[in-house]
Amino acid sequence: MYSEKVMDHFSNPRNVGEIENADGVGEVGNPTCGDMMNIYIKVEDNILTDVKFKTFGCGAAIATSSMITEMAVGKTLEEALDITRNDVAEELGGLPQVKMHCSNLAADGLRAAIEDYRNKQNIKK
Amino acid sequence: MKQIYMDHGATTPVDPLVVDAMLPYFTEKFGNASSLHSFGQEATSALEQSRQQVAASIGAKPEEIIFTSGGTESNNLAVKGVAYRNSDKGKHIITSTIEHPAILNTCAYLEKEGFEVTYVAVDSDGIIDMDELKKATRDDTILISVMHANNEIGTIQPISDISKLAKEKSIYLHTDAVQSLGKISVNVDELGVDLLSLSSHKIHGPKGVGALYVRKGTLLQALAHGGSHEHRMRAGTENISGIAGFAKAVALADERLVDDAKHMTQLRDSLIGKVMDSIDDVELSGHPTNRLPNNVNLRFSFIEGESMLLFLDMKGIAISTGSACSSKSLEPSHVLTAIGLRPEDSHGSLRITLGKDNTHEEVDYVVDALVEVVGRLRAMSPIAGKMSLK
Ligand SMILES: Cc1ncc(COP(=O)(O)O)c(C=O)c1O
Ligand SMILES: [Zn+2]
Repeated sequence: MYSEKVMDHFSNPRNVGEIENADGVGEVGNPTCGDMMNIYIKVEDNILTDVKFKTFGCGAAIATSSMITEMAVGKTLEEALDITRNDVAEELGGLPQVKMHCSNLAADGLRAAIEDYRNKQNIKK
Repeated sequence: MKQIYMDHGATTPVDPLVVDAMLPYFTEKFGNASSLHSFGQEATSALEQSRQQVAASIGAKPEEIIFTSGGTESNNLAVKGVAYRNSDKGKHIITSTIEHPAILNTCAYLEKEGFEVTYVAVDSDGIIDMDELKKATRDDTILISVMHANNEIGTIQPISDISKLAKEKSIYLHTDAVQSLGKISVNVDELGVDLLSLSSHKIHGPKGVGALYVRKGTLLQALAHGGSHEHRMRAGTENISGIAGFAKAVALADERLVDDAKHMTQLRDSLIGKVMDSIDDVELSGHPTNRLPNNVNLRFSFIEGESMLLFLDMKGIAISTGSACSSKSLEPSHVLTAIGLRPEDSHGSLRITLGKDNTHEEVDYVVDALVEVVGRLRAMSPIAGKMSLK
C-alpha cells in the first residue's frame, strides 16, 4: 500500500523527539481523528537549524512527519512556510489517496510551529 | 523471516484435506448437476452429500440448506428474501448496531426501498440489550437479525433468548454464524433460528462458497432467478468443487471442534494475560469470557493501530486493526463505537484472531513483538505520559 520511501521514513523516522527550549512548537490534529502531531523548531538568523517531531498516528502520519523535518531543516522561515502537503507527498514518492489528509498534518504542524515562533518574537519586541 | 498468521477472522488457509476433496471436481468429475447423464449424476451425488454433511453439522435437514457464494450472499438472501416475501405482513426489521456490513448495508438498502429498520444497541461488552430489543418489536415486525458472534470483538449473543422473544411474537429470526462456525457449537434448534448464514473460508475451506439455512416453512423470496437450482431459491450452476470443499471443511471442523476450541481458548487467554502483564495502559474489548475462543481485541492507549500493524507486519506477524486510518473508510470501527469506545480508543485497537494451528511459541513471539512495537510508538507519541485516554 505504501511506497518504499514511505516505509523507510515510517520504520526509521528521522528527527523523532522534543527539542528542549524550542523556539517554536506546533501542535496540530487531535486523537479523535486518529492523527496528532507536535513539531518543535530551532531558529537562527531566520533559518530552521533543527526540527523534531512527535506523532500519534498511522504510517502516513509518521512518515510525513519524518519527511517534513528533513525537508525543513536549512530552509528560511519563508521557504518552510511554502511547503505544502503535496510537496511532502511527492517527496515521499506518493501517498494513497485515502491518506492524503494525513499529510496535511505535517505541513500544518510546521506552519503552526513557525507561527508560534513569530508570536514569541513579537512578544519579546 | 518467521511468518505468523493471526488474522483468521479475515480468512483462513485451506486445509490440504479440503483441497484433496475438491480436486476431483475440476477435471474428472466436472459434470453439471442438472445434467441427466452419469457426469451430471456424479455432480449431483457430490452436491447432495455435501448438503447432508452441512445440514447434519448444524442439526438441520438437507432440504433446508441453500448453497451460496458465501456469508455476504447468505445474509443478503436472508434479509432481503424475508423482507420481499413478507412485506404484506409488515415492513419492519430489527437488527443490532454491531452487525457485519453484509447485514447493515443490506438493511440500509431496504430502508431506501421503504422498509423500516430498528438498530438495537449493545452494552459495553457487546451484548445486545434484550429490553431494548423487546421494546423494538411491533406488530409489523417481520424479521430479527442478530449475529451469533461478532467478527471484531468476538462477543457471543444470547440467540436462544432472542429466539424465545421472536417465537412469542411470530417474527422470523436470522443469525449470521459466519464467525462462530467451527469455534463454538452452532445448532439451529438449540439456537432456535429460522435462518442462519455460513461461510466456508473462515473454517479452512475455499473462498466464494457458503450456505443459508432456511427452516422448513419459512417464507423466502429468491434474489437470483434462472434455473431451478437450490430449491428455486438460488439459480445458477452449482459450484461443486467449492461446495465439496466447504462440506469437507465442515466435517473436519466438527471432528476437531472440542480440541480446537480448547487449544485456541488457551492461546487466547495466554495472549491476553501476557500482554496485560507486560504492557501498561491496555484494555480488552468485548466480553471477557462470553467470546469466541479465537478472538483477542486489545486497545493500546496513546498509539494508533495502523502503525502497530505495519511494524508487526515487518516482523512477519499478520493481524488487523479497529483503526480508522487503516481501512478504506476513515471512520472508527462501528463496532467499537457501539460498545462505547471513544474514537481515540478505537484508533489504538488491534484484533488478533487465532487459528487451530497457532502455537504457544507464536503467542510468545507476538507478545515480545508487541512489547517492542508499543514501546517504540509510545516513545514517538505526543500524548503518551501526558494525558490518559481512558
Ligand atoms: C460476521 C461476518 N458475516 C459475514 C461475512 C462475509 O462473509 P463472506 O466473506 O463469505 O462473504 C464475514 C466475513 O468477513 C463476517 O465476519
Ligand atoms: Zn492517518
